[in-house]
Amino acid sequence: MIEIKGLKKAYGNLEVIKGVDARVERGEVVCIVGPSGSGKSTILRCINGLEDYQGGRIEIDGQHVDRHSKQIKAIRTEVAMVFQRFNLFPHRTVLENIIEGPVFVRGEPREQAVAHARELLASVGLESKADAKPSQLSGGQQQRVAIARALAMRPKAILFDEPTSALDPELVGDVLDVMRRLAETGLTMVVVTHEMQFAREVADRVLFIDGGVIVEQGPAKELLNNPQQARTQDFLRRVLHPM
Amino acid sequence: MSEFLQRSVEYLPILLQGAWLTIQVTVGSLILSTLLGLVWATMRVSGIPILMWISASVINLLRGIPIIVLLFYIYFVMPDLGLSLSALQAGIIGLGIAYSAYQAENFRAGIEAIDRGQIEAAESMGMSWWLMMRRVILPQAFRIVLPPYGNTMIMMLKDSSQASTITVAELALQGKLIATSTFQNATVFTLVALLYLVMCVPLILLVRHFEKRGQK
Repeated sequence: MIEIKGLKKAYGNLEVIKGVDARVERGEVVCIVGPSGSGKSTILRCINGLEDYQGGRIEIDGQHVDRHSKQIKAIRTEVAMVFQRFNLFPHRTVLENIIEGPVFVRGEPREQAVAHARELLASVGLESKADAKPSQLSGGQQQRVAIARALAMRPKAILFDEPTSALDPELVGDVLDVMRRLAETGLTMVVVTHEMQFAREVADRVLFIDGGVIVEQGPAKELLNNPQQARTQDFLRRVLHPM
Repeated sequence: MSEFLQRSVEYLPILLQGAWLTIQVTVGSLILSTLLGLVWATMRVSGIPILMWISASVINLLRGIPIIVLLFYIYFVMPDLGLSLSALQAGIIGLGIAYSAYQAENFRAGIEAIDRGQIEAAESMGMSWWLMMRRVILPQAFRIVLPPYGNTMIMMLKDSSQASTITVAELALQGKLIATSTFQNATVFTLVALLYLVMCVPLILLVRHFEKRGQK
């Protein structure tokens, strides 16, 4: 479904992605892990066309992803994104945030969008917050709203960019719970994360990225329990046993 | 004191006529400067190099020309080019154009204060540039921009007196005319100052209201 071939990206002279090849199949959950600054978020942002890239090619169901092309808007309505800092619209209520895309981008009738939004809110356990403003919610609640907002577009896939990194530790669980249930529904998910436990339990495959290249990839349990590369072993040791 | 009141009653009707023109000039140029300012600001943040360049040039040009010179230009030079305007029209257009530069910079600051993440969220749901402006950026920028916008309104009310230089008989000019014919300088200019103050007070309260709301 998502196909990345020879992806290269540089900021000026600084090359941050140095040739990445990867595939994500329909219904697959892929976690991207690696040290900060390794380029994992950048890859995710390239898939959504939030960043342009200098080399290689990204295709989603055969459609070329190019930030400057006309189809990019259509592609984005099919591949949603959840951000580290939620990025909810602060001037709109929770419900309005969720129906924004369906109503104003996809042209869904409002009543239908509202009904769908209420279902989604219930599914993330926030039906009572429909009329709250984002600022009245905790970080964990905001991120669950952001996930509902992404789902409201009925996307083929959702890209998660460190969805729990900005949360207080006690709020992480609720968000991961929602994501775990989503994975069980067969949604295609690409998740940049530092939550190794989540990756081990939920992901089909894990990509370990360091220095702008995929150092190692494989089935989640295999890679996380028994990494082959020294850099992967070193990274996992430091993440799992920080003391 | 009773003398002051007596003369006030005598001069007030004429001064109020002037005040009415002051209001017309202010409101007219406020509307024009807001619309033009929105155009410059939108061009400035459009990401299209030629539009950004044009907008930046216009803003710098307008900022570099005194309002009074702009007024002279529109009222005295434009007729040579075949465009004759009444003094009131010229005053509104001159002040409106002059202030559009400051409005534009204010609007731009408001737009640029919006968190980058908001733009990314809007883009990532497939919004077009214009939809994003309308639904995400401008509504948020609006709240940021309101307090400085209120201040601009106050400045424009007072600067409308510059229209007197091209014979718009607004409050300041009416005052000057009465003063030169009666020599009652103290009485007349005290009244003129009071009338400006009275017109400013609602605007000052409005700004304070905006600021309070912005803090929420």
